[in-house]
Amino acid sequence: MPEGIKDKVAIIGMGCTKFGELWDKSGDDLMVDAFKECLEDAGIEKNDIDVAYWGACFPMQGLSGMPLSTLLHLPYIGVTHVENLCASGTEAVRAASYAVASGASDIALAIGVEKLKDVGYGGLPAFGVSMTGANSTAPGSFAMMATRYFTTYNLSPEEGKRMIGRVSVKSHHNGTLNPKAHLRREVTLEDVVKAPIVAWPLGLFDCCGVSDGSAAAIVCRADMAKKFRADPVYVKALQIAISSGEEINYTDFDFAHVESTRRASARAYTEAGVKNAREEISMAEVHDCFSITEAVTMEDLQFSPTGKVRADIESGFFDLDGGLPVQPDGGLKCFGHPIGASGIRMIYEMYKQLQGKADQRQLKDPKMGLTHNLGGFPQGNVCSVAIVGL
Amino acid sequence: MVGITSYGGYIPWYRINRMTIYGAIGSWLNPASLLPGEKAVANWDEDSVSMAVNAAIDCLTDAEREKIDGLYFATTTSPFMERQAASIIATALDLSPEIRTADIGGSISGAASAVLTAADTIKAGSAKNIMVCSSDCRIAKAGGPLEEQYGDGAAALLMGDEGVIASLDGSYTLSYDIMDHFRVTGDKYNRQWEDRWIRDEGYGKFIGEALAGLMKKYNLSAKDFAKVCYPCLYPRAHGGIAKKLGFEAEQVQDSMFTAIGNTGAPYPLMVLIAALEDAKPGDKILVASYGGGSSAMFFTVTDEIEKVKGKRRGIKQNLEFKKDIGQYERYITCNSVLTIDTAGRGEETSLTSASKLWRERREILGLVGSKCKRCGTPQYPPQRVCANPACGAVDEMEDYRFSDKTGHIFTYTGDLLAFSPNPPSIYGVINFDGGGRYLLDFTDCEQDKLKVGLPIELSFRRKYVDRVGVSGYFWKARPVTED
Repeated sequence: MPEGIKDKVAIIGMGCTKFGELWDKSGDDLMVDAFKECLEDAGIEKNDIDVAYWGACFPMQGLSGMPLSTLLHLPYIGVTHVENLCASGTEAVRAASYAVASGASDIALAIGVEKLKDVGYGGLPAFGVSMTGANSTAPGSFAMMATRYFTTYNLSPEEGKRMIGRVSVKSHHNGTLNPKAHLRREVTLEDVVKAPIVAWPLGLFDCCGVSDGSAAAIVCRADMAKKFRADPVYVKALQIAISSGEEINYTDFDFAHVESTRRASARAYTEAGVKNAREEISMAEVHDCFSITEAVTMEDLQFSPTGKVRADIESGFFDLDGGLPVQPDGGLKCFGHPIGASGIRMIYEMYKQLQGKADQRQLKDPKMGLTHNLGGFPQGNVCSVAIVGL
Repeated sequence: MVGITSYGGYIPWYRINRMTIYGAIGSWLNPASLLPGEKAVANWDEDSVSMAVNAAIDCLTDAEREKIDGLYFATTTSPFMERQAASIIATALDLSPEIRTADIGGSISGAASAVLTAADTIKAGSAKNIMVCSSDCRIAKAGGPLEEQYGDGAAALLMGDEGVIASLDGSYTLSYDIMDHFRVTGDKYNRQWEDRWIRDEGYGKFIGEALAGLMKKYNLSAKDFAKVCYPCLYPRAHGGIAKKLGFEAEQVQDSMFTAIGNTGAPYPLMVLIAALEDAKPGDKILVASYGGGSSAMFFTVTDEIEKVKGKRRGIKQNLEFKKDIGQYERYITCNSVLTIDTAGRGEETSLTSASKLWRERREILGLVGSKCKRCGTPQYPPQRVCANPACGAVDEMEDYRFSDKTGHIFTYTGDLLAFSPNPPSIYGVINFDGGGRYLLDFTDCEQDKLKVGLPIELSFRRKYVDRVGVSGYFWKARPVTED
C-alpha cells in the first residue's frame, strides 16, 4: 500500500447551491453560485487558485476545461474536465488534492455541476438504444440488486420493501431539516411501501431526486491551511475503485453487494488508518441513488455485517440520533442528485458538520466523516470513497 | 431422393379473439362478415425476420448447421426493400457465409416457390442442404375485414437429399396475375377486391385447379393421400375445395384459421408441418399454396420421420403456448397501427451504425461470444482478455455460440421508467447453462409469473426500430413459466 495523502491536503473553503428543479438557473449560474460561496468561505481571491478541476457527467455542460475557465474567467491556469459518472465530483476533489499533495500546486479548485432538468422528460437522460444490452435504466438496474438481495437473505418482497423503505423515511426526515435540500417533506413507511412502482420492487420513494445543482471546494497544502482559517478540514483518504467487468462477464458476482465499494473503502480505511469503521467513522454521506443501494452500502463499508443491515436500519442506528448517522443532509434521496455535484455536496455536509455549522442537523462532536459515490450499475460501476476529519 | 429433412414452426405468443376486435371497433365491421375464433399476433418486438429465425432455430434442433449451404426466405413483409432478409436470418443462425441466399417476395405463394426452387437447386447439385424459411407479419387497417383474417407466424423446412423425412415427389404450378389482394410500393396496408369475387373466382378455383392438375399429372387420386393441406381465406369455402375433388373431410388437414388466422406466405407450410407431426411412414401428403395462382406439391413420408417427430416445437406445441392479448388497443400498439406517444425517452433512438453491425455481426445477430481456451470460461460479449479473475489470458479465445444455449434467471426487474411499447420493460441477468452471463431483455412473459431461478430459452427479436426506420435485431430471454 502506498503512503497515501492522509493529512497532506486541507479543505479551506466550500460552497453548495440549493439543489432542485431549478428552472430559473442555468448550469453556469449554479457554478458561479457555488464558486462564490466557496471563495468567500475560503477568504481567498480568484487569482490565488493555480489549478482547477471540474466534474460533470453528461455532456450538456460542455467539454474540455473551457466551460469552467471562461465562465469564471480564470487567469490562464490549468483547468481539466473530469468525468467518472456519479463519482465525477469526488474525482475532481481527488485530482485537486493530488495536485496539491504532489507539490505541483498550492491552491486548487474542485467544482461539480449537473443541469439535469433541461432534458424534457423525467429521470436521467437516456443513454440511447444499445444494439445488444437490455433496455435498462438506473432504477431497473438497482431493482435487480434488490431482487437479488431479498433472495439471498431470504426476505419476502414485503419484508425487503419495508427494510429499504425505512432507509427513505430516515432520509426524508433529515431533508426536512435542510434548507438547501430538493425534497423537504416527511414520509411514512406506508407512504414508501405503497408508492407507485418505478422498477419492481423499487417504488417512487425508493428513488432519489433528479436535480440541478453545483458544489465547490478549495483545497490547499495542509501546512498552509491555518493561514486561511482556524478550522480547516483535512483529507484523510481519497480512493476510487472501478469495476473489473467480471461482475457481468464472469459468473461469481452475487448482485447483493457492490465489489468496488468494498475495495475502495478497504483502501480508504488503510489510507486513513481506520481499523473499525463502525466505531471510528462519526457520520457518512453515501450514494443512496436508491434505498437498496444505501442498505447494501452499509454492509460494503463494514458499518453493518454482511446480510445483517436490516437490524441496524430498523433499530435507527443510521438515524440522525443513532450510533452512526448516515445522510444527515438528506442524502441523494432528498438533497437531490445533480450527478457531477453530488460527491462535493457530500463533502460539504461533512465539512459543515466538522466545523459545527450544520444548524438543526448538527451532530455531537463528529471527528471523521466518510463520503461515498457509486456511478453506474451494480454490475459495472465506479466507486469513490473519501474520508475527511479534523 | 430430395425432400424435407427437418421442420420447425413459430407462432407468436399473443392471440387476439376476433370478438375482442369486434368489441372494440365493431361498429365499422359488417356483422355478416364476423369470423369465429382467435388469431396469432406478433408481439411489438417481432417481425417477419425475427419470427423466421425462431422457426429456423426450431428446425435446426439436432441438425448440423455447418452443413447448410443455402437459405431461401419467402415473405411479403420484409422490413427492407433493399437489404436481403435471408442473409440477416443466415447471420442470426450463425450459418457459414459460403451459402446461397435469396428472398422470395411479392406473393403469399412464395413459400411454395421457395420449397420447389430449393428442391431444384439440390437436384441440380448446386447445394446439399437448403433452409427454407417463410414468415409474414401483415397488418391490416383497423376495423376492416382483413384485420379479422390476418394472423402472424413462421415456418421452416430444411431441404436435402440425406435423411429425408418426406420426399418431394411431384409438383404442379399455376401462375396468374390476379389483383385480388395487393399492396402498392410504399403502402403499409393490403387492399383487396370484393370478397365474394375472390372467393368464387380466385380462392375457390385456383387451389382446386392445381391439386387436380397435380393428380392428373402423376395419375393419382384423392384416395392416394393421407392429408391435403392448403390455406384458408374463407372458413365456409375452405372444405368445399377438397370435397369437390373427392377428398373426405378427415383427409383435409385443419387450416388452424380459428387458432392463428391467415398467416400469409408461411401458411401452407405451417399446415403441412402440422400434418407431418401426425404422419406415418408411407403417407402421401398433398400441399397447395394460394396467391397469384397456386403451387401444388406432394410428399411421401419416410421412416426417418420418427427421428424428428415430437422433437420440435413445430406447430402443435406452438399452438399451446399462447396468451390472450386481452385488449384491442394493446394489439394495435404492438403492430404499430396505432401511433402511441413514446414521450421523450422513447424518442432517444440513435442511428444504427452499419459499420459496427458489419464488424460485430456474429456477436450481435448470431449471439456468438468467446470461450477461453486456457480456463474454459464462456463469455459474452466476446472478450480478448479473459474475464475470469483467476485466468486473464489474452487472445486465447475461441468462438462460442450462446444462441443455442439455455439459461436461468439470476435476477430481474420490470421497469416502468424505460420506454417500452408494451410496458413494463422486463429484463434481467441470465446465467447461461454451461457458463457465461449477460443482461438480457425478457419477452413473452408476465412479471408476476417470474422468479429467480426460472429457466429461460433464447428468442430472436426486433430490439428497436431506429429513427430512419431500420429494424435492429438481438436475442431476448423467454422465461419458461410453469403454465
